[in-house]
Parts: sequence; C-alpha cells; structure tokens
Amino acid sequence: MSSFAPASTSDVDREQWVHMYQQMFRIRTFEENANELYLSAKMPGLTHMYSGQEAVAVGVCEALRRDDYITSTHRGHGHCLAKGAEYKPMFAELLGKEAGYCRGKGGSMHIADQAMGNLGANAIVGGSAGIATGAAMSAKMRGTDQVAVCFFGEGALGQGLIYEVMNMAQLWQLPVIYVCENNLYNEYTHYSETTAGELLDRAKVFGIHTTEVDGQNVQSVYKAACALVERARQGGGPAFLLCHTYRFNGHHVGDINRTYYRSKEEEESWKSERDPIQNFGQWMIDEGIADQNLLDGIQTEVLTEAAAAVRFALDAPYPAAEEVTQHVYYG
Amino acid sequence: MSIMADTATREISFAQAVNEALAEEMRRDERVFVIGEDVAEAGTPFKVLAGLVDEFGKTRVIDSPISEAGITGICVGAAMTGMRPVVDIMFGDFLTLTMDQMVNQAAKIHYMSGGKLHVPMVLRTTLGATRRSAAQHSQSLHAWVSHVPGLKVVLPSTPYDTKGLLKTAIRDNNPVVFFEDKLSFQLKGPVPSEEYTIPFGVADIKRTGSDITLVATSSMVAVALEAANQLAEIDISAEVVDPRTTTPLDRETLIQSAKKTSRAIVIDEGYEQYGATAEIASVISDGAFYYLDAPVKRMGAMNVPIPFSPPLEDLTVPDAAGVVELAKVLCGRN
Repeated sequence: MSSFAPASTSDVDREQWVHMYQQMFRIRTFEENANELYLSAKMPGLTHMYSGQEAVAVGVCEALRRDDYITSTHRGHGHCLAKGAEYKPMFAELLGKEAGYCRGKGGSMHIADQAMGNLGANAIVGGSAGIATGAAMSAKMRGTDQVAVCFFGEGALGQGLIYEVMNMAQLWQLPVIYVCENNLYNEYTHYSETTAGELLDRAKVFGIHTTEVDGQNVQSVYKAACALVERARQGGGPAFLLCHTYRFNGHHVGDINRTYYRSKEEEESWKSERDPIQNFGQWMIDEGIADQNLLDGIQTEVLTEAAAAVRFALDAPYPAAEEVTQHVYYG
Repeated sequence: MSIMADTATREISFAQAVNEALAEEMRRDERVFVIGEDVAEAGTPFKVLAGLVDEFGKTRVIDSPISEAGITGICVGAAMTGMRPVVDIMFGDFLTLTMDQMVNQAAKIHYMSGGKLHVPMVLRTTLGATRRSAAQHSQSLHAWVSHVPGLKVVLPSTPYDTKGLLKTAIRDNNPVVFFEDKLSFQLKGPVPSEEYTIPFGVADIKRTGSDITLVATSSMVAVALEAANQLAEIDISAEVVDPRTTTPLDRETLIQSAKKTSRAIVIDEGYEQYGATAEIASVISDGAFYYLDAPVKRMGAMNVPIPFSPPLEDLTVPDAAGVVELAKVLCGRN
C-alpha cells in the first residue's frame, strides 16, 4: 500500500504501478487456485471469485494507508489481498485451518485482518455498511485522520441499512467512502431488473459527493480513490465511488451453467477486451513503465508463491476440538 | 441484598440509576458515548438521560435519525475500532430493526475473526407491558437475544442492580443487551453513594424462603415479592431468586435454591412459548430433579399480541394473585 497520495497518475512512480500490477495478478492467481481447490474437492463449502474486478480493490486500497479501514463482502478475497493480506493465512482460512487469518473459524466470507485495517468480509449483503460508517465515526471521535472504505456490490443497494448510514455519514461529515462495484448481476439477476432509477442518485439524494469510474481501469480507480481519500482525510466528508466492473466467473464457484442469466458472448467480450490485468500490463509496456520480461517475472514469482501457500494450507492442521468454544466471548 | 451497611445509601429511581451509571462511566472513560433517538436535550421520552448532554456535550450524547439498524451498525463499527458505544433503542419492540446488526454482526465478529476483533458495546432498551401502548410498544423480547451466543443479556430489577450492572455492561468487552422495565423508571430503591459494580452471571436472592422458589426476572421480581408476602400470610415460605442476567446464567444458584425448597415457578414477562422461562425451568429440572416435589412451572406473558384495551392487556401479564394460586397448588395447599 502507498504511504502517499498523489494528486494525479503522472505523480505515481514506476514502482507503485508495478506493485499494482503485482497485486492484481496476486488476486487473480489466488482466485484461480481457490477455484481449483473447490473443483478438486479440497475446499469445504463454496467461494465467490473476484476475478475481473481486481482493478477496483487494488486501485482503492493503493490509495489507503495501512491504518485506514476497509469492510468487505462475500466476494472479498480481492479486498483482503489488496489491503495487504498474505497468501498463506488466506489459503489456510479458506480450508478451515488453524493457521488461517481467523483460525479457520471464519472461512472465505469472513476474513478479517485487524493489523491491516481489514474489519472483515461480510456474508450479509450490505451488512458491513454500518461497521464501515462506525469506524469512520470512531476515527473522527478519536481525532485521527483515518479513513474507512466500505466495499459492496450493486446488489447491496437493495438493502435499507446503507441509506440509513449514508444519511448519518453526510449529516456528520464522516470520513467514509462507499465503493459500489457494479458487476451487473445481483447473484443471478441483472441489476436493471432490481434497481429503479440511477445508481449514483442513491447517494446524491443525501448530498454525498459522487464519482463514477471505469472499474476495469486501475489507473482511473486509483486516481479517483486518491482524490476521495484525501478529501475525506481532510474533513471533506463521505463520498460514493461507483465502479463499473464485471465478474468473470459465476456468482460462486458452483455457478457454472449460467447462460440463462448471461451469455457466453458477453463474458467473452469482457474477458478479451476488458481484462483489467491484461490491459494494465499493456499500458505499462506502452508507457515504457515495464517490459514483458518484468511482467513475466512477476507472474512466475506470484504463481510460485501461490503454489507454496496452497501446499502450506493443505498440510496445515485443523483447529483443535477445544477451539469450538473459544472466542464466543472476549476475555 | 448486598448493600453494605456502612456506606451512605440514598433512595433513587431506576431512571436516576441509569443516568448515574452512564455519567460515571463517561467521566471514567472518554471512549464511552451515547447515541440514540432524542437522547440529548430530550433525554429520551422517558427522561432517563436528562442532563447528560449538559455535562458531556452533543459529541458524546448524540441525537440520531430514526434509524435503529443504522445506529446499531455504526456502534458495532465504532466499538471494533476503539470506542465504547451505548446505543439507546427506545422500545424493546424496535429490537427487530437492529437484529442483523446485533445477531449477525456484533454477536459473531469476535468468533468469526478467530478472536482478533471484539465489540465492546451496550444496547440499552426497554421491556414491559401494561403501559397501554399496544402491541408494538409493549413486548419483552429478551429471549430473542438470549438465544444468540456472543451476546450478553441483562435484566435488572432494582435501581441498585440497574446501576451496578449497567456499569459492568459498559466495561464489558462484548456486546451487551440491557433491558430496563419502562414501568419502573420512576420507582425508587436504595443505592449507595459510593461506586460499585455487580458482576454478570451472579443471581441475587431477593428474599429467602424454604417451601418454594420463585425465579423472577426484571418486572416480575416485584410481582414475585408481592406473591411471597401473600404466601407468608398462609405459612408458605417463598424464596425469590433473580438471575439478573440470562446470559451468562447463574445455573448453580437456581439449582441450589430449588434443591432447598423442592419446588419452583419461573416468572418472566416475555412470551411464555419458547421463552426465557423455558430455558430456566429446564436448567432447574435437570439440576434439581431428584430434589423436586413438583414439576417446575412457568409463567410468562400470554401468547398473544399485546392488546391495547386495558382489561385485556392486564390479563396478558403474570400477577401476584396468579403466582400465589400456582404456588398453593404446588405446595398442596389449594
């Protein structure tokens, strides 16, 4: 993550662009390994892949400090990794192992990492809007300049909680940024069938500052996020960042036959024309920021790290039986 | 009652007990704040919080929109990040609006995070019928939250218990739901001037007796004590035990009392079906089985939406006469 917040993309140094590429590729690789673990019946339960949306998590989290907060969703691996999570405890958590971020008790949908400001993924759609807003209120009350980011999908706009807390965030000028990832589908239903009016109007009605970006373009997301984070940090209040994006896979790893709600042609066109990692890599080459060798080297390094982390997680022990009653109450 | 004789003791109301506990804890710990509908200048419609805003200001006594889910969620997030919020939910019936934030978020965050995160917050709310407030402002829904692991649930029955338990709730590092009987707010009882706290999970024997145990919570403690007075007149000695917290529950004191008296009635203002009475009666039945001379009986609110019409509403809540009648039956004195 960045320790500074540049005003425009031209201020971003080469190392940081390279880091963003690496982070996006780490997310894609994590998800592909998770899918493989599911398909080979080595992972309990299901998981929701973030592939295709990497530019949103990375672009936003690159604009944050380590002590800033995020809340995440059921499709949360990308947010966790972008905020600084490591592979080994991530994979271990997916497999329910003691070495996981949550000692295996949270699983894919509840990864939290307090050390990195990740207040947790959340399996209730829109359920973390209160937590993110409360973290922002806490930051303001404690007199810090921390910022909170609430990631959610466009499906969460069907939940009432988010409107209650956006109202308070604007009333009390809280440093919270609501990042809406419109990946077009509320599970298996196109958002146009569930959402009246314009998405941005849902925030504008409270007087909340809004920005809309191409969520497949990490440069755009990063630039927009930097501006909103800086604004919030300096007391400018909440913002709503709408990112247009697409999930390359199904709602979860088991959602394989999905032509009844979206066509293969649609998927192919997003994957071939609007892959955020592919396009960003090409942009870096075109701009002379990186060459193919550098990108290949990053990919090899990440793939190797992932293979080792998967092996680590598969070999890691489950929590002991006595863990089942631990952590119900604190202290 | 465990009030020490050598401390200066005053008579204060339930409302003052709440107010004093909050003020003392807010002075003691700047992370504590209060948020809710009409909590600042109005001091809540019950006037329980009157004056707090004068001392602590509107940044620590925060008037919120009418958004129970939102303010509860904000408190969860604030509690996870270094604050100690106390959220005021005016009527216990409105707990329904907070349930996702309490049940799926606050209660589970410590466990789901493998112990990394915790949620030190208090949700204060009310219970109790016969205020002629009809079906959506009269329920006693403490059984709902008592059902959920990760929450603690407090049901004080005296000003003394209210103050000591609320201070403990605010210092607890877990989400605590604190129920106040709204009909008792103006009733007074002895409370020491000096600071004290009361631990959770410790039942209080409000009256000792030898023939029957009356386990009673919150509003029903006064009903049980009145019944015990009437029973004494016919030479039935009733022991009144107040668990004070349903989670954690002081099983041992309940079982020991029932073993001693050999009979028990559990009285609680929540709906009788699947209610707190069922859990407590089960604990006693299991733990004191070989000592019992009668089945453990339960008295809760009638299983109906609470009616507005006063003669009907009064029928729905256990009263002393009903407790006396049942106790006589159990003691073979009918």
